[in-house]
Parts: sequence; structure tokens; C-alpha cells
Amino acid sequence: MEKLTVLVVDDEAGIRSGIERILRKFSVDYPFMDNVIGYNIESAPTGEEAISFINNNQTDIVLLDNKLPGIQGNDVLEYINQKQYDTYVIMITSHASLEVAVKATKNGAYDFVPKPFTPQELKAALENLTRHIFLKRMTSQLNKEGKQIRFQFLSVMSHELKAPINAIEGYIKMMQNREFGNKMDEYDEIITRLKKRTESMRGLIMDMLDLTQIESGKKKRELAKTDIVKIANSAIDMMKPFAIQKDVMIHLHGNDELKMQADPDELEIILNNLISNAIKYNKQGGKVDCNIRANKGFATITVSDTGIGMNKTEQAKLFNEFVRIKNEKTKNISGSGLGLSIVKKLVDMYNGDINVCSKPEEGSSFTVILPAYTNTGEEASNKK
Amino acid sequence: MEEGKTILLVDDDSDYLFQLDHNIKKFGFQTISAESQKEAEEILKTTKPDLAIFDLMMENDDSGFILCYKARQKYPDMPIIIATAVASETGISFDLHSESERKWIKADLYLEKGIRPDQLHREINKLLKI
Repeated sequence: MEKLTVLVVDDEAGIRSGIERILRKFSVDYPFMDNVIGYNIESAPTGEEAISFINNNQTDIVLLDNKLPGIQGNDVLEYINQKQYDTYVIMITSHASLEVAVKATKNGAYDFVPKPFTPQELKAALENLTRHIFLKRMTSQLNKEGKQIRFQFLSVMSHELKAPINAIEGYIKMMQNREFGNKMDEYDEIITRLKKRTESMRGLIMDMLDLTQIESGKKKRELAKTDIVKIANSAIDMMKPFAIQKDVMIHLHGNDELKMQADPDELEIILNNLISNAIKYNKQGGKVDCNIRANKGFATITVSDTGIGMNKTEQAKLFNEFVRIKNEKTKNISGSGLGLSIVKKLVDMYNGDINVCSKPEEGSSFTVILPAYTNTGEEASNKK
Repeated sequence: MEEGKTILLVDDDSDYLFQLDHNIKKFGFQTISAESQKEAEEILKTTKPDLAIFDLMMENDDSGFILCYKARQKYPDMPIIIATAVASETGISFDLHSESERKWIKADLYLEKGIRPDQLHREINKLLKI
């Protein structure tokens, strides 16, 4: 039987031995797990002793009382996080207030068991965490074996696909039941919505294909001398109908030509995403400035808009997968939430950098910096 | 009996909200709709619905939980349903934090969004003790 090491940290001897009694014969198994997982129980009466134990022993789970005689439970939690140990913490506290729980979970506690707890509550928390640890290990094992299975990605993806499918299905049922009578005209609005939802699903699937191709490395990269300005021009051309709809003007500034060693498809994805975002999140009648210039061996692409902008918190999560900034201003704008994470991944492949500058109500400016190995003008001649 | 009972519906997917609203009105309830956590908080300040259905992920990933907590403080006896598009039975959650949060912020019921209207009707009646 595989065993996880559980460290019980509580100043009350009664609680320590109580927990040990509850968990001594407890084990967890699932139909899809080969192993039954049991627990080695260790204990420490203070935070200081807990830290010394964790430093010297592989500890999988810490059951941590918040109120301790010396340093507090939250301090121990912070220490574990700082050291980046592969250790999960379940906080135990008699102050079952939301604040303590929020603080602990924000600091990285996995779960929260309010005192007094029943043996069943403790077991449930541990079972939950054990399953999480098991899944995590399995995922990393699969990744090591080269199987690109990403539970989190898949489950978020299923959520993002399920939302439009639910909406579409709901409308189809309404039509099937003739909810608004027998006249086809009554269903025009619904049909428009159906089209919109299927289109956005198509967009999501296309973005997902881009992303999986990039991630799996299956897409053949064809590096050649490529003119970024030319690609920017064609991206702008492609977006024109969309820009006209929103009455947004697009201007291109900077070098007339800037060649670098790159895969044209990849540059196209980067520019398409940045420019379409700049239009999408713009105001009616706004403008987009696209600036491309060579600078000390780097190609700098800046796409600025006069749109709705973002606050600092929103900017911080921008490049993660499936992050869509949701607020009053964006609720009618559709998107897959993958565009910028795709851009980021591509930019990383060139050892480049992307950053954002934004002010709510004023606009955002995205800058991509790519090392330009082959260049026009002085950079190229400097190289000789 | 169902007449006069008001249900608060909160979801940032306007299509889902429209459909839910339509179905629930057909059951004979009155509805109030909100498209965001913020909007719902405003409504809850002045209005006490007989039951509330919250989407989980709106402006924030845990908007439904926050609403749940705030509504519980103000109206402890109002039943709350959290509706989500994530299959709970897969055991794989899109955000593992919410799994643990799920345990200390208790809604009366978690529902899968694809639920059939008649099932939903039954669950609502059960919570309203109709």
C-alpha cells in the first residue's frame, strides 16, 4: 500500500492523538487507481517543530491548526509556499470565519476544516486531497511519458464548449416546442443568436487547433526571411470589414520593410490576434495604431487602441489560457479567451517578449519584441 | 400556490438567462434577472426573492460562491441553487480551489446546466416546499 505522510500540527495533545486514531486505519481507493493509499501519521505540537520536520522529511500533507503557541499556522503555510515544497496544507481552526478561510486559501491552503470536526469531515477533506494528489501525480506521469493529457486544459475546454452547446440546445428545444407559436418570423431573433453562438464556437475551435499545434510541436515551423510589415498589412486588410463595422481607423507606422528569420504563419497569428483585439475592444469611432520598427537587433511591434482598457488586476491575468476579462464593458464581446495565450506562446518560441500598458477607458497598448536575426538597414550591416 | 413566488436568476450568458427566464415563467413563477454578480448584489440589497439561481463563473471565477455567501448573510432562509456547465461527476474540476470552496460555502443545490426543465421545476418546488 502506498502511503502519504501526514503531519498533524496542533498544540493540544488530545487533538493530535484524536486525529491519529481517526486516520490510522483510514485509506483511500478509487476504481481507476491501482493502489490503495494509506497514511503515515506524524505530529508536531508547535509551528517551529513542524517546520523542522518538513525540512527533513518528505511531507505530503500538513493538517495545520491556525492557533499555535509560537509562530502561527499561517506562518507555517507561508514558509511551505516560500520553499515551494510539494506539500499540501489543510487548515484546521476554531475560528471558522470566512476571513480566516479566505486568507488561508489565498495563501495556498488546499482546504479548510472547521473545529470542532467530526471524523467523517476530516476523512472527507483528506479523501478529497488524496484524490487531487493522485490526479496530479498521474498527470505529471503522463506528461513525462509524452502523453499530452492536460486535465485542467481539457476540463476548462469542456466548460467553454458546453456553455454555447447548452445555449444552442435550449433554443432548439424552444423551437421544437413551438414556444412562440407557429410563425417562423417569431423565431428570427433566436436564429440570429444561434448563428452567433455557433460562429463563436467555430472561433474557439480554430483557436484551440492553433494552440494544440503550437503546444504539441506538430506544426512544422518553416523559418524564412519574412517581412513583418507585409504581414501586418495583410492582417490589416483582412480585418478591414470588421473595423468598418465598428468605425475604427487602423494606421500602420514605422519601417517600410522589416525582415527577420521567422515562420510567416506564426507572425500572421500574432498580428491577427493583436489587431483583431484592438478593434474588438475599441470604442465606436476609435483608432488602432500599429507600429513596427527595428531597434538594436530587435523587431518591435506595438499595437495600440483607444478602447475600453483594463485595470491592473485584469492585466495580470491576461496571458493565461481561457482568461476573458469579464465586466460590464466586455459582456457583449465574444472571444475564445485563447488569443493572447497563443500570442504569448508564439512570442516565447522566438525568445521574445510581450507586455501590455493599459488604462481603463483610455485604451491598451501591446508591445511584442522579437530578436530579429536578419534585418534591413543598419542592424544587418552592423552584423557584418 | 406558485403564484407570487419570485425567483432571482443570475447568469452572464444572456442566451442561457433568456431561456431560463422563459422556462421559469412557464412554471408560473415571477422572475428577476441579472447578468452579473454586481447587478445581482444591487437587487439583493432591496429585494428578497423566494429562491435564487446563480451561475458560478461570471465576472470572477467564483462569483456564484460570493453571491451565495452574501445572500446567505442577508437572507439565511432563502434557498440557493448554483448552476454550472461543469460536470460534477467527472471529478475533474476546472478550478480545484472551487472544489474546496464548495465545501464551506454551501448552496442548497448544485445543478448541471443541461438539466431538463421538468427536473428543474421539481427541484425548485422541493426547495420551496411546494
